[in-house]
Amino acid sequence: MRNVWIIFSKELRSYFVSPIAYLMLTMFAVIFGFFFWNALGYFVFMGMQAQMRGRMMPMNINEEVIRPLLANVSVIGLFFIPMITMRLFAEEKRSGTIELLTTSPVRDVEVILGKWLAALALYVCMLLTSALNFAFLFKYGNPDWKPLAMGYLGLLLQAGALLAIGTFISTLTKNQIIAGAATFGVCLLLWVLEWVSGYENATWAQVLAYMSVINHFESFSKGVLDSKDAIFYLSLIFLGLFFTARSMESLRWRS
Amino acid sequence: MITVKNLTKRYARNTAVDHISFQVEKGQIVGFLGPNGAGKTTTMRMITCFLPPTSGAATVAGFDVLEQPLEVKKRIGYLPETPPLYPEMETGDYLAFVGKLKGLKGAELRRQVDYVCDRCAVTDVKKTLLGKLSKGYRQRVGLAQAIIHNPDVLILDEPTAGLDPKQINETRELIKSLAGSHTIILSTHILPEVEQTCEQVIIINKGKLVATDSVHNLQNRARGAETMLVEIAGRGGSVDSGEVQRRLERVGGVSRVVMKHSRDGHNTFEVESRKGFVRGDLARAVVEAGWDLNELRPTAMSLEEIFLQLTGSEAHAPSGELAGKGVK
Repeated sequence: MRNVWIIFSKELRSYFVSPIAYLMLTMFAVIFGFFFWNALGYFVFMGMQAQMRGRMMPMNINEEVIRPLLANVSVIGLFFIPMITMRLFAEEKRSGTIELLTTSPVRDVEVILGKWLAALALYVCMLLTSALNFAFLFKYGNPDWKPLAMGYLGLLLQAGALLAIGTFISTLTKNQIIAGAATFGVCLLLWVLEWVSGYENATWAQVLAYMSVINHFESFSKGVLDSKDAIFYLSLIFLGLFFTARSMESLRWRS
Repeated sequence: MITVKNLTKRYARNTAVDHISFQVEKGQIVGFLGPNGAGKTTTMRMITCFLPPTSGAATVAGFDVLEQPLEVKKRIGYLPETPPLYPEMETGDYLAFVGKLKGLKGAELRRQVDYVCDRCAVTDVKKTLLGKLSKGYRQRVGLAQAIIHNPDVLILDEPTAGLDPKQINETRELIKSLAGSHTIILSTHILPEVEQTCEQVIIINKGKLVATDSVHNLQNRARGAETMLVEIAGRGGSVDSGEVQRRLERVGGVSRVVMKHSRDGHNTFEVESRKGFVRGDLARAVVEAGWDLNELRPTAMSLEEIFLQLTGSEAHAPSGELAGKGVK
């Protein structure tokens, strides 16, 4: 456990001493700010229109502002995740520092967990910048906080799964660009898989749709904790980290 | 301390290390010698648990590298060919990080960081980013991280590669000073380095063990017969080289005299003798004949020549004259 912490703190520091962390936090804050402003603008516009027509439609800030916002975050997460994970192992392989880690008295699992948790922590920091916007929402409105919390939990699980996949891909190459591009491709594919369910209902289509990470986020954005979706993400995390461990082991046999 | 038995590493197409066996005693400093691509790094990587051997076994302090890698890793300090440095970290933080990885903590960690900084002369760059260090400093920080947990065994892969002559000397002195308390294996393809720093040599070529012996024995073994260069000048005129040759050949123990070159009345001969103590007789013979003895110098075989002989390379050693002599 101590070794996980050592690796974790070193990795997290590496993010924050380089421009990567600040670039991502800023980019995310700006993009999310725009989404928030947009969603709120639309909400206000709809409210005014309803007033002008003279009949009050039931309006729900959770349903009409928070839910689409969280869905948007889940999508832009796909773009940020490759940037977080691409360096994790690829950089160590290129610079040779991997030799330090693999000849130190630490287990591969500890290295992998430390790195993955650091990536997740950076993602959490990124998500935290969005809390500022929601703080305004809570100051001037009265949304329900429980669906929001559930939505954040869903984002965290989804990011954990995709970060695990990204970590795995990063062990496959010495080249960060390749690791980043491949991770982005896989993430995107895992997202669009859901589209087949639009026109096809055969078993294979159902399987493909089931594998789509976005599909499983829906329940969270509604504020529902569906064990089947949570288990999907958790098993994806496990699978990604398991592959990472196998890949790290094979590194030794092949290199 | 280190036992290697029939260690073999095979890749898909080639065998990098082929049934190598050797032993290193505690406190020894051993030179691991071989041309580039001989399998030095691969062997070292197997001893440090970075690579698993295809077959054979290696043990460090009694622990097998495959069975108990964590125990082995605790006892090994390893400096790979390129020092494993994170460019975005400061020297002090980096050494503390490595120390923690190796299991140090608290006051002991701080003490060790200060100690290795002092030992490897990197205290003045403690607050500098590793990415901004010069090659010499990088190498020294690499050495510092290898000894931070005071390991029993130190494995150094070409520790002086890419350094300038002054830095090379400093690094060698540092390594020598570490011997005694640590068992050291250092790989190199620079021969004088082994002559200067190591007690024991392991020579490998193309993945195979060629020789393992002490530096001294190896030199003696290769020498077999002693060879001397003798430069002779005539008093106030040239000497008859034929006459000199005959006289020298008559000295007891001399087996062969070859005229090397002759310039301005200075004649240089190469004299081969069976036993090692004919220098006095040679000098006397020259002086008694009324010539000047300008130089009389044994040409000990350098490791370079031994190495070329043992590895069967066709390239000639710089001094040339001895290459090709058989080694029994």
